[in-house]
Amino acid sequence: MSVNDLFKQELKVVNLGLKSFHTDLKSQGVTAVHVNWKPKAGGKKKMLDLLSKINKVK
Amino acid sequence: MTLQTSIKRNAYYDSVTLMLLSRELQKLDGVEDVLVGMGTDLNLDLARGLGLATDDFDSLTANDLFIAAKFEEDLISMQKIEEAFLETLNKSTESDGDDDYQPSSLHAAIQAIPGANMVVVSVPGQYAAAEVEDALDAGLHVMLFSDNVSVEDELRLKQKAVEKGLLMMGPDCGTAIINGVPLCFANAVRRGKIGVVGASGTGTQEVTVQIHKLGEGLSQVIGTGGRDLKDQIGGLMMIQGFEALIADSQTDVIVLISKPPAPAVAEKIYRIAKDSPKPVVIDFIGGNRAAIESVGAIACISLEDAAQKAVGILRGQPVTDFTGFSIAEEEIERLVANAAAKLKSDQTELRALFTGGTLADEAMKLLGVNYDIYSNIPLSPEMAIKNLPEGRGHICLDLGEDEFTRGRPHPMIDPQTRTDFFKSHVDGKTGVILVDVVLGFGSHSDPAGAVAASVREIRQRLSNQGKDVVVIASVCGTDLDSQDLHKSVATLEEEGILVMPSNAQAVRLTDRVMQRMIKGV
Repeated sequence: MSVNDLFKQELKVVNLGLKSFHTDLKSQGVTAVHVNWKPKAGGKKKMLDLLSKINKVK
Repeated sequence: MTLQTSIKRNAYYDSVTLMLLSRELQKLDGVEDVLVGMGTDLNLDLARGLGLATDDFDSLTANDLFIAAKFEEDLISMQKIEEAFLETLNKSTESDGDDDYQPSSLHAAIQAIPGANMVVVSVPGQYAAAEVEDALDAGLHVMLFSDNVSVEDELRLKQKAVEKGLLMMGPDCGTAIINGVPLCFANAVRRGKIGVVGASGTGTQEVTVQIHKLGEGLSQVIGTGGRDLKDQIGGLMMIQGFEALIADSQTDVIVLISKPPAPAVAEKIYRIAKDSPKPVVIDFIGGNRAAIESVGAIACISLEDAAQKAVGILRGQPVTDFTGFSIAEEEIERLVANAAAKLKSDQTELRALFTGGTLADEAMKLLGVNYDIYSNIPLSPEMAIKNLPEGRGHICLDLGEDEFTRGRPHPMIDPQTRTDFFKSHVDGKTGVILVDVVLGFGSHSDPAGAVAASVREIRQRLSNQGKDVVVIASVCGTDLDSQDLHKSVATLEEEGILVMPSNAQAVRLTDRVMQRMIKGV
């Protein structure tokens, strides 16, 4: 979807990270979903690199 | 005094929530120092630096929560601290009133809201690029609030976004308003016919606020992140946003805001501006005016001036540089005379304590060559704050820079950092204190109240020396912001603070008072 197509649509937001940004969106009645995010593989760099390689192979 | 720690495995909370919790726990009787955080390398280094780490910290991962506290055992126990932690945490999660389903991944979230079209990413920087890449691959636009994303990742992600015709606003993009929806730190402004692409967060906020105050509104406000106009990135997102606004039927006037771009990048922007069928107002804060005007674009002398010119053009009015005040000169002269009369002859130093980086930068540029201003974001390397001679001289600080936000929230979220600087950096030699008060989504619920409290305390302290101080502020906010512009202005004025309608005017008034003190003019 191009940027100009986006301008013609209702904004629907996926929020990853600070919960307060999601709360602000909900308070304005914006369609939004907050991801219960946490670092993959406990945030260990080696594991993350491996996961990324596996995903690329997939 | 004892140091004790508590570790909760696999319990993830975002950094701002935990930093605000640390602040609350710090207030408990008997607690000397406390840090709550996830076991990231950054937080573990911070804990070690503060002497708050124990041996078992080596086993922590980024998904493990730790509470580390130094406290007086006679007054409080670790159990009580943990109870207070849980109580405060529950309060903060209850207060957002959100018990909606929370999917555990981006892909699950996209499934959960059919037609999702924007992903806002504010996870720690080292994990952000992978999430952004997934979002772009899924065909979604991105606002990347996180910082600490490498320039290589930024370039790769922006190239992908451009290839797919998507927005990738950021990294370190603080503000955007898309289809009337404010994202992250943005003010509540009416919709209208002026479109903005901005590479600087509070600079963009100031322009949108001034446009709203002048009675017009915004079609789209696109952020790019601060590095976009450097050579390495080549202005990919400013160009993407600029071209989208040219093609947008709801946009009649376009405003571009950035610190001066790399020359080659500026050239690319100018070429597009030259061919633009719509008027283009450019504030490359302190940038090359002749180059801007040579392509038929309108150059500006301040963020407020950019807003005034955009509104003027929209209304078909002639535009000129706005160099003065929107208050009558007699009133300004009265304010200056009254302010100067409050000060003793040795009160000649400026303390500008900003929460918005672009506002601090604009202040230094507008004050110009009349002053040697030391700063953490100096206009030239020799004016770095570390070169301040024996603590004496004019100081302008951007308190939102990394050096002041390690382990504590940005001062727009938590005013404590500035409160601390009021205590440590204002003394009997200070003549004028200049501050910004930034309202809007994401910001603290009452930043004006925090400034007013600091000023009250400073005045009490200085009164012991038979002195007073002049405080000048501007409020970057609107009547629609939850903190309310009018209420915030009243709070400041009740404390005797001179509140000007824009950052530029607050700086000009500061200049007038300083000149009166230094030269008697």
